[in-house]
Amino acid sequence: MSDTLTVNLTVNGEKVSRAIEPRRNLVDFLREDLQLTGSHVGCEHGVCGACTLRVNGEIVRGCLMLAVQAEGAVVETIEGVSDSGEIADLQEAFHERNALQCGFCTPGMLLAAADLLNANPGAGRDQIREHISGNYCRCTGYQAIVDAIEAVGRKRSGQSS
Amino acid sequence: MKAAPFDFVRATALSDVFAAFERHGDDARIVAGGQSLMPMMNMRLAAPRVLVDINHIAELNGVSETDGTLRIGALTRHQELGVNALVAEHAPLLTMASTHIAHPAIRNRGTFGGSLSHADPAAELPACAIASDAVINAVSSSRGERSIKAVDFFLGTFHTALEPDEILVSVDIPIIGAAERVAFDELARRQGDYALVGLAAKGTIEGKTFKDLRLVFFSVADRPILATETIATLEGKDYSPDTVTVAEAALEVDLQDIDSDLHTSAATKTHLARVLVGRVLAELAGEGRQ
Amino acid sequence: MTEKSPLTVLDRPNSFIGKSVSRAGAKRLLEGRGTFVDDMTLPRMVHVAFCRSPFAHAKFGAINSEAAKAASGIISVVTGRELAEYCTPWVGVLTHLQGLKSAPQHAIALDKACWQGEAVVAVIAETRSQAEDAVELVEIDYQELPVVADMETALDDATPVIHSDLGDNLCFQREVDIGEVDKAFADAHCVVEETFNFGRHTGVCLETRAIIADYNPSEEHLTVYLSAQAPHMMKNLYAKHFGLNEDKVRVVCKDVGGSFGIKVHTYPDEMATGALSIMLKRPVKFNADRLESFVTDIHARDHRVKARMAVSKEGKFLAIDMDDLTGIGPYSVYPRTSGIEANQVINLTGGPYTIENYRANARVVFTNKNGMCQYRAVGHPIACAVGEGLVDAAARAMDMDPVELRRRNLIPDDAYPYTYATGLVYEQLSHHQCLDKLLEMMDYDGLRREQAEYRDKGIHRGIGFASMIEVTNPSPAFYGVGGAFISSQEGCTMRLDHTGGITCTVGVTEQGQGSDAVMAQVAATAVGVPMENIRIVSGDTDVVPYGGGTWASRAAGIGGEAALRAGKALRENLLEIAAIILQADAAALDIQDGAVVDADGGTERMPLSELGRIVYFRGDTLPKDVQPELVVTRHYVPKAFPFAFTNGVEAFYVEVDVDTGFVKLLKCWVVDDCGTIINPMLVDEQIRGGVVQGIGGALYEECLYDERGQYLNATMADYLTPMAMEMPDIEVGHVETPTKDSELGAKGVGEAGTTGAPAAIMNAINDAIQPFGKHVSDMPFTPERILKALGKV
Repeated sequence: MSDTLTVNLTVNGEKVSRAIEPRRNLVDFLREDLQLTGSHVGCEHGVCGACTLRVNGEIVRGCLMLAVQAEGAVVETIEGVSDSGEIADLQEAFHERNALQCGFCTPGMLLAAADLLNANPGAGRDQIREHISGNYCRCTGYQAIVDAIEAVGRKRSGQSS
Repeated sequence: MKAAPFDFVRATALSDVFAAFERHGDDARIVAGGQSLMPMMNMRLAAPRVLVDINHIAELNGVSETDGTLRIGALTRHQELGVNALVAEHAPLLTMASTHIAHPAIRNRGTFGGSLSHADPAAELPACAIASDAVINAVSSSRGERSIKAVDFFLGTFHTALEPDEILVSVDIPIIGAAERVAFDELARRQGDYALVGLAAKGTIEGKTFKDLRLVFFSVADRPILATETIATLEGKDYSPDTVTVAEAALEVDLQDIDSDLHTSAATKTHLARVLVGRVLAELAGEGRQ
Repeated sequence: MTEKSPLTVLDRPNSFIGKSVSRAGAKRLLEGRGTFVDDMTLPRMVHVAFCRSPFAHAKFGAINSEAAKAASGIISVVTGRELAEYCTPWVGVLTHLQGLKSAPQHAIALDKACWQGEAVVAVIAETRSQAEDAVELVEIDYQELPVVADMETALDDATPVIHSDLGDNLCFQREVDIGEVDKAFADAHCVVEETFNFGRHTGVCLETRAIIADYNPSEEHLTVYLSAQAPHMMKNLYAKHFGLNEDKVRVVCKDVGGSFGIKVHTYPDEMATGALSIMLKRPVKFNADRLESFVTDIHARDHRVKARMAVSKEGKFLAIDMDDLTGIGPYSVYPRTSGIEANQVINLTGGPYTIENYRANARVVFTNKNGMCQYRAVGHPIACAVGEGLVDAAARAMDMDPVELRRRNLIPDDAYPYTYATGLVYEQLSHHQCLDKLLEMMDYDGLRREQAEYRDKGIHRGIGFASMIEVTNPSPAFYGVGGAFISSQEGCTMRLDHTGGITCTVGVTEQGQGSDAVMAQVAATAVGVPMENIRIVSGDTDVVPYGGGTWASRAAGIGGEAALRAGKALRENLLEIAAIILQADAAALDIQDGAVVDADGGTERMPLSELGRIVYFRGDTLPKDVQPELVVTRHYVPKAFPFAFTNGVEAFYVEVDVDTGFVKLLKCWVVDDCGTIINPMLVDEQIRGGVVQGIGGALYEECLYDERGQYLNATMADYLTPMAMEMPDIEVGHVETPTKDSELGAKGVGEAGTTGAPAAIMNAINDAIQPFGKHVSDMPFTPERILKALGKV
């Protein structure tokens, strides 16, 4: 086995330092070392989007980044953006519109949605569909998700829904 | 699956990379965005003993224009290619292609240099590099810097002209001329998927006349294919349905060694390449989609 | 047809039936605070990974695990023979599927692997990574055997027999021959014939299969945390095969990340995990990775159907004659068997129509591929596509509008109860009402005009329909009569707490479809309390009434009726006590919005919290002969019919790029009749999600194998699932025909969308390319298949 390395980063506003194996990817690190189990693991090859995280303000695949690569980084997970209230409107819209069923894709889906609306709250349905096109949902068929994101975007950009 | 164990080197200068090469030889492997390598490692299809992370080498960043050449640093992310104003002005083919690459979360990490070095024959950027007549700059500790024409760079699936001790540092692209146009099209089953067939194109269009075309197909063989026979056939010809027919015929020569993949036979790919060439020529000629 | 008494419990004041209430349980999932199996860590827990056969069919002899055992973090390396001491083999048969046979299957193969991916050795380590490291160090001496990869030749004499004890590779065969089929074909004005191929596909639950088995030897007690649909069924099977007292087995299903039928079967690696926990006397976790999921989660739908239909000059369907062949892997999957899908195909084909002459032959054969079994809408999409494909073929052959042809043959809405040729009994369906509503929603005539205009411009759009029936609310006729301990009844225990809150424990399980929310709506309505006063507990066999769980679109219809009955009984008990406390007549009281009120006028007399306070803490103030019962349990099992059939109709509007073979889905409409609708939003979302899974089968999904039985596309990059960009908006409408078999009147809706989508898409594509005189019938409809049909490749 390879030697462990110490990684220092900020997770959901808290400074974290851990000695870990280099092979530990970021989402496994969050789930297993920090018990932040809200980010999920769906494929481990970068396709499903269940492990979507925010690193230094940008969404990334948590399974395609090593924890040791997050040295000095600011990492935000579903737990962080929930507790801060940042995406409360999105969560409320998802809840009202039933834009989730099993909920396994939801943390990643919400982070992808927040990423889009932060940059472009006026995004149309096609832009929404395109932005979440890397996040697999087996349950909903996506329409409710698109509806919910669209409704929040309209509210945020001051249009009537 | 979980990746096999490895040692990790965080490089902050090229000298760190060379030191790792010296010490570990073939066991060392560079990781940049990791969007192609990490999946392979997570499936244990790749198991490097030492991973050299180049994300913190400042000199590999940046996009700049000097004397008619656009220089794009190896670490430039796909997302940046899509929004960078210099790229949009001087190398719009890359801007067009970038939105076809996977999905936003992947584009935030994946790098231009990584895509070229990885040399996936289904990837968009290698074809764009050839179509743009790009020059790839690589550095080794013993031989210093050298430049490789994109058309000579891709040697096969996951195989490039890079030597084991070399690292790709930047890509130079001649800026687009006033009479030049670019077009990009691919046929992918789903947004962000690898294409069944794709085509990156650039050329001078005078009136309706094609000159100095560069038509590069991807996802058809073990490397991007510069369609030299088709290009030669089209040189000096005006756009017309007949011209398209002639181009389609010439493609048979360029794509005679076309490969099938899991979902699509060589015959279907050949057909789709013909369709694409018609559409892309129309777009270059300002005829819009047929 | 749909009569509703205005006095039913469903119409009580403040009823939540028919309201789009949001799911209370969804909030934790939105904040990443759910508990999926892999989120759990138990003290002393270890992880298992498996050496899996790289060959589709191979004997193996010596296993050298010395290096693996010496690797870092390794607890144990266990072979099939070693594990067999702790887990007996099983055979996936049901007695009512006569003649169905299979071979004993072990948790870990003993000496022969029968599909690529079968577990051969278990490696247990402190971490999953370490287990995987050591898996690579185990040396296994394989000798490859001839592979049965092609179902078409599986029964040929020259083909090797996979299980020699069985004599041949035939798992199951069933023939039906009703009426005078040959005469009908001889008399027919028109005969259409087609061969349909359905790609093998799989569930791809985003949460892969996961289990933690925790055996406590001091009490001989096993707790299993499982991502699954049927906890009581699994409890029985664990006890049976691990040799435990069933009363000392507890199965707990917390949050489940999608199931769709994938998580209702017995998986060898999960059984191995349970047995390993007993062997090692500590908790063991197994979480399939995505690659393992593709080669071990059950597959479905790999059918080849040759079918023909006879039609009269007037466009009347006279007869269907079909032959279905399916290859189900090396074992019939336990305990539901792998004969059910074929059985459904030959039961359901043509089911919406008045067809009296019917002949079908289904053969289910063994192959050296991963096992096939029940996945969402079992057999329905196949039966629907065959039937609806024949209907559209007839419409083309007779140059008739496909809607008009359907109208002439759909069972009239006033013809019920109706018995279909295959013996299916329909209580009351509404095909014509549904079709009328659908045509109005989609503006059929306008769409046909638009299609013609586009066609003139060289753009090829098509409209496709599928009328469908769906099996829901299954009675014991489905599995119980076949000898399996799979419960068709459901129970609900309901308790008034001293706070005025109601706690319900239910046997049906939440998979994300919203069954907990639906139970809460029924309970709140039946008792008369606000939604927020209801708490639902499900998924824990130590806590909930015995029940079947979630499958075959049964949770709302069967579980909901049990909850309704429990709620009514509890309400009666509460009113009895309230009448005593208030010295009133119980009949003059009601419970509304969490309080006892005057039935007439609704004036509040006493909140339920006050009733709870008195009963729980001041029983001394009640008359001596009164003993309040604030907990009730009620059960329900469907009896009047073997199944509560539902019906519906779907339509797709598509555009085919005839140069590339690409299909763009422009729009989809669905009208479904699932009886009483408890929560319209959840019903619509079940339909939408179901439609999109049907789209997957129609356009994208296929498990590809080569002739050596090697699985070729075991990644999510190569196995294409529907993603957001390509999916259409789906408009959903309803007709409500409640079943009279229950007071609630609800039927199931979980599988309707999946049933009709492939057929409607096929018909839409064929409508689009009709000007070329071509059509397709092999799913999925890839660009290549469409180009080949068009003669362009």
